Amino acid sequence: MPTKLIINCETGEQTEVELTAEEIAQREKDAKAYEAEKKAKDDALAVQAKLKADVLKRLGLTEDEAKALLS
Amino acid sequence: MANTYTLIEAKTLASAVASVTFSSIPQTYTDIKCVFSVRTDRSSFGSYCFVSFNGSSSNFSARFIGGDGSSAASGTQSQLAGIETDANATANTFNNTELYVPNYISTTNAKSYSVDSVSENNGSTAFDYLVAGLWNPATQAAITSLGITAEAGANFVSGSTFYLYGISNS
Repeated sequence: MPTKLIINCETGEQTEVELTAEEIAQREKDAKAYEAEKKAKDDALAVQAKLKADVLKRLGLTEDEAKALLS
Repeated sequence: MANTYTLIEAKTLASAVASVTFSSIPQTYTDIKCVFSVRTDRSSFGSYCFVSFNGSSSNFSARFIGGDGSSAASGTQSQLAGIETDANATANTFNNTELYVPNYISTTNAKSYSVDSVSENNGSTAFDYLVAGLWNPATQAAITSLGITAEAGANFVSGSTFYLYGISNS
């Protein structure tokens, strides 16, 4: 069971308590959202990379040659 | 470090926890600064970790600039408190983060915060992030607690350290 640590700065008391069912549910929801967001970003990058490669192929240029043209 | 710094609390984790919260923060300083060095059990090299004030995760906004060793990035991420070192990074490496909150006892101003954070890894993938953040609740309040939470589903592992300093301007 995941826990959270609370440190009372007045007393120095340290309390480790289990996350509530609500907090665990939120964590799982956040984790899924994070993975979905990460996958969307990775997918977008992959599409962009493929598009770039296709254009270079059509032009018959290497990436270094394209960079040289644009510099 | 300026001699106006006072260590309020320090903690080195002996076991994994999802978050660490400093509560009942003394209202006697001008600013506070949280310095933490953490590693998580998340299967990644570096991920976001998050800050909360007074137990709230609402009304935050933050903008970051950063780099990962090969490319630069910028964007927005609410509650961002830096980049944690994750489980895929070199064993026994921990991140390095400073989170600064000026004027934390104001009951009229929104609370700004800034972060300078690096994840550590003996490899090509590591992160360096600067964050400008704001907590702007409908009713302004002094900050009495500050929490640092690992990325969703992750835990800060044993050996992670957390320090809270109070800073006086005189």
